[in-house]
Amino acid sequence: MTTIKRAKGFWLSILLSLIFFAAIQVLIGGGSLNPFYQNTLMFIGINIILAASLHLIIGITGQFSIGHAGFLAVGAYASAVLTMKLQMPFALALIVGGLAAALAGLIIGIPSLRLKGDYLAIATLGFGEIVRIMLLNIDYVGGASGMQVSHLTTWPWVFASVIVTIVVIRNFTSSTHGRACISIREDETAADSMGINTTYYKVVAFAIGAFFAGIAGGLYAHNFYIIQPSNFGFLKSFDILILVVLGGLGSLSGAVLAAILLTVVTTFLQDYPETRMIIYSLVLIVMMIYRPQGLMGTKEITSMFKRKGGSSHENKNTAA
Amino acid sequence: MELIQQLINGVSLGSIYALIALGYTMVYGIVKLINFAHGDVFMVGSFVGFYSITVLDLSFVPALLISMTVCALFGVLIERIAYKPLRNATRIAALITAIGVSLLIEYGFIYVRGAQPEAYPNDVLPADKFNIFGVSINSQSVLIFGVAVVLMIILQIIVHRTKIGKAMRAVSFDADAAKLMGINVDNTISATFAIGSALAGAAGVIFGIYYIKIEPLMGVLPGLKAFVAAVLGGIGIIPGAMVGGLLLGVIEALVSAAGYSLWRDAVAFVVLILILIFLPQGLFGKNKKEKV
Repeated sequence: MTTIKRAKGFWLSILLSLIFFAAIQVLIGGGSLNPFYQNTLMFIGINIILAASLHLIIGITGQFSIGHAGFLAVGAYASAVLTMKLQMPFALALIVGGLAAALAGLIIGIPSLRLKGDYLAIATLGFGEIVRIMLLNIDYVGGASGMQVSHLTTWPWVFASVIVTIVVIRNFTSSTHGRACISIREDETAADSMGINTTYYKVVAFAIGAFFAGIAGGLYAHNFYIIQPSNFGFLKSFDILILVVLGGLGSLSGAVLAAILLTVVTTFLQDYPETRMIIYSLVLIVMMIYRPQGLMGTKEITSMFKRKGGSSHENKNTAA
Repeated sequence: MELIQQLINGVSLGSIYALIALGYTMVYGIVKLINFAHGDVFMVGSFVGFYSITVLDLSFVPALLISMTVCALFGVLIERIAYKPLRNATRIAALITAIGVSLLIEYGFIYVRGAQPEAYPNDVLPADKFNIFGVSINSQSVLIFGVAVVLMIILQIIVHRTKIGKAMRAVSFDADAAKLMGINVDNTISATFAIGSALAGAAGVIFGIYYIKIEPLMGVLPGLKAFVAAVLGGIGIIPGAMVGGLLLGVIEALVSAAGYSLWRDAVAFVVLILILIFLPQGLFGKNKKEKV
């Protein structure tokens, strides 16, 4: 019974999102959506992917990683090298960007088996910085002055990536593996003693999260005309972290919602970068003191959000 | 000879790291919180020192004392406003708040005074060079090292010979038991923040004098590296932070001497990751088993 209901919900949300996609596509094709709005839309998409991928690592597996910009950078540079230096098609570049980031995720994820909480946070922060400094010192990708990238990211690409990311992460979360990850989040020692291979699941979550961050990196790189190592400092990591924290650690729809909300706010505060950072940091502090569970807590979709957004791809109709 | 010169530079830089690392380690030892804002207290200290010297026309020692006092108050303020309500919250919540406080100080500071850098006046300390066995030593680096050592000795005296030091050790060992013994835990934690922040303020002034250029985001990288130093020595252990800081400074100097100065910043983090993998308790730490 519930499986039928779930399947129904899944196809309904796929249908709704396709309608949403077509509507935007028509708007873009008809020229009624000017480049500013188009760009904001791309940004929202990229941020949704980033938020969802970090959500898998922090919200589901409970591994406090604050070097997500490192994975983003690996994906961005890998895909940019493929399209610009090796003249490969964009789709391949995106996937290779994702795989390169996943590899980086494995490299950082395997040592993470020994680290917990604060230590892991610092190690991942260090990893992000190492990636940035390495990119800064590699002349092949332009060093500090960066790399020229042509504009290949389009609405269908962003949309398809968002859908794939959300469906994969959603299904992973509700699978056996996802439940194992959640048990690690709740109590690692207890999960371990119940026979869950905590190391394995942590590394898997890291790799999947990194993979999608890498895809987002590919989209990010090809949405600009130039990428520089300074775009991927730990401020970028904190930006992504805020999306997950604001949405609620452990809530995918919360992360998506926060990504949409904050991207729009950011776009309007573009001319006042200091104000933006002050607002960001105040949101973090006040949030942690008064509502540490975030906007959504660990709850998923409300039916209202589903009807409204259309781009939410939740396939489970739990009473939120 | 070039190598020895680099080593001396490394020790000067390392003593700055060590001073900041002490604050990290003390705070971590007592409330188990990585105080990300500590690097920004260091930055504020540097600016307070700068304004004391240029605007108030003070010499080195008064500027250092003013900066330490302001930073101590600032540290206590941060603790009372942002960290105290989170005393019983999850570790992740505390860590996120610390990141938030760090960003707030940085960008609040930029908002108030702008992002432009300042240059420390270069006549604060005499900059003589003297030769010992063919190695020319800058008197500034000797003085900096001296100041750092004096501050560390004072810290050791405070921690091991005074009442508040005893309270700090008791709280870091077991806060609940300390409370039962009649120790005011809140005040002890505030005192820890005050002392750690004062040391960071001193490090800020020294940094400004030695490296001349200061700017609102200058606290980020030294802050992170000081944290690396604290982890290197074993976080929560005061002598560990001193040794870790000096060691990190020397490692960086050696990397620069080997001709890889562009990779200098990355090396600190590589050291961090290696230490975390192979010796997570740090050089001076004891291995503790986790209980369920």
